[in-house]
Amino acid sequence: MASAQSILSQFQSTGVETCFHDRHIGPQIYAGLNGSNWGIKDYEARGGYQALRKILAQDGGEGLTQDQVIATVKESGLRGRGGAGFPTGLKWSFMPRQFPGQKYLVCNSDEGEPGTCKDRDILQFNPHIVIEGMIIAAYAMGISVGYNYIHGEIFQTYDRFEEALEEARAAGYLGNNILGSAFSFQLHAAHGFGAYICGEETALLESLEGKKGQPRFKPPFPASFGLYGKPTTINNTETFAAVPWIIRNGGAAYLECGKPNNGGTKIFSVSGDVERPGNYEIPMGTPFAKLLELAGGVRKGRQLKAVIPGGSSSPVLPASVIMECTMDYDSIAKAGSMLGSGAVIVMDDSRNMVESLLRLSYFYSHESCGQCTPCREGTGWMWRVIDRIWHGQGRDGDLELLNSVADNIQGRTICALGDAAAMPVRAMLKHFKPEFQALIEQAKSQKTAHA
Amino acid sequence: MISDSTRARFAREVAKYPADQKQSAVMACLAIVQQEQGYVSEDSEKVIAEVLEMPVIAVHEVTTFYNMYNQQPVGKYKLNVCTNLPCQLRDGYKALHHLEKKLGIAMGETTPDGLFTLQQCECLGACADSPVMLVNDRTMCSFMSNDKLDQLVDGLRAAEVK
Repeated sequence: MASAQSILSQFQSTGVETCFHDRHIGPQIYAGLNGSNWGIKDYEARGGYQALRKILAQDGGEGLTQDQVIATVKESGLRGRGGAGFPTGLKWSFMPRQFPGQKYLVCNSDEGEPGTCKDRDILQFNPHIVIEGMIIAAYAMGISVGYNYIHGEIFQTYDRFEEALEEARAAGYLGNNILGSAFSFQLHAAHGFGAYICGEETALLESLEGKKGQPRFKPPFPASFGLYGKPTTINNTETFAAVPWIIRNGGAAYLECGKPNNGGTKIFSVSGDVERPGNYEIPMGTPFAKLLELAGGVRKGRQLKAVIPGGSSSPVLPASVIMECTMDYDSIAKAGSMLGSGAVIVMDDSRNMVESLLRLSYFYSHESCGQCTPCREGTGWMWRVIDRIWHGQGRDGDLELLNSVADNIQGRTICALGDAAAMPVRAMLKHFKPEFQALIEQAKSQKTAHA
Repeated sequence: MISDSTRARFAREVAKYPADQKQSAVMACLAIVQQEQGYVSEDSEKVIAEVLEMPVIAVHEVTTFYNMYNQQPVGKYKLNVCTNLPCQLRDGYKALHHLEKKLGIAMGETTPDGLFTLQQCECLGACADSPVMLVNDRTMCSFMSNDKLDQLVDGLRAAEVK
């Protein structure tokens, strides 16, 4: 008789559908992966840890100073891959390197923005690229301790990352006097346990301190008051994963992969109504139409209706708008949305936008941490109004009410979850108002008929 | 009371943090207790508070804030099906409703034999694998068509009977 664990193991994803499909374009982070070559020897065979050797002058060269590493990252045009798109090199330059006390480096792997599943595949199938990126970042900013905070729901990936850390320690890439240099860096893994809000950087820090994950006011920013009140730099998993390539090949080469102000490749998680959902690593600035083609196109027999281009918080765009966009921060922003985490949620012409928004509004209400009144009360209020519209109980004035509640949340909360909850509502009403109106009219006419 | 092996697992987590920041290990310690005992009891919270030198209420605040900690005993297998928008578009609800029918319970309930608890959950971060389901917090099951759900449930039931 099969054991429970062996039964469950039959249903594990292999990564073939989402990551090892040869449908990337010029991949840097996902290049050459097959699911079994995640270990340190295979990583080294792919050129892994050469960037670290290069900066520490262990490759026969002169090494790179802290300033040179930061300048290279600035030149690359790398922008934060977690959602905000803030220039990474600039963020690194904010760290007060001469601060006499402890400083911390944190990797945000709390990937829970609906639609986003790229960091999971990086950590599962190429964990050392994140470790190497973090070591380089720590070197550049003079940091000796780091943590990678991993989404609690991907516990197997957390276990995998811990294994990779052991390998890196044993090989002398982590610990004291790395590769015989004067540089020391300790790196540990921590995990969440089911709180979307902990993807917000200051909530993550609270969680890492062993508290509930309620965001902090900014300023002070983590660069001056971060983990345990010490200067802290936080970057997304994919951001760190981009760093070794940049150090090996130079900032200019990375920038050339993308387009001006939008350097490098980006991993897009394509979900929803496509033939081949999965992660696709492509150069920044690739047309959306090309990405859609890589993902197998819209479900057979269906037409594209709308796309949420950067995770569930980003404003929805109608098909006619997104089909004209290229996939980079500037193009998507110009179209009125955000590239965000690169999670592309595709919806076809069979989808009702009220139903789609209903599920999202429930999510934000469920995940509001409760700290700020506009978000705590407003997210639930919006959900209840959308719920009654969807269930044929909509009333005159409901759409104005929704916009008004959204207005009173957006910009009035400590963290961006409030904005994240308000933006989808406003965008859905902006682009797909007739669907909401039709349901309200229908409800009214049914009421009249019953009267 | 906790066993020496549990205490050793706690120590491994505590060692990751500065000596005066033991509280940072609370997330991991709670997850360890839940893995070993199925849920986080008040007694477990007291033990963890003692080990990490923090107030019991501060531990309880953490237990109650994060979705995945079980504050009550659950079935031997906790099945969490994601129904968030990307999964809703790819049969997440179909999977949830199939399990409701198959197990004869509504979401949020536990089967009378104590074997399965069924829950709807928020984004698991595996959106391209939908329908996707997390079993006992630590094992992600992907592409869970109705056939596969049947195989999983039947398989786990059979493993119980042996």
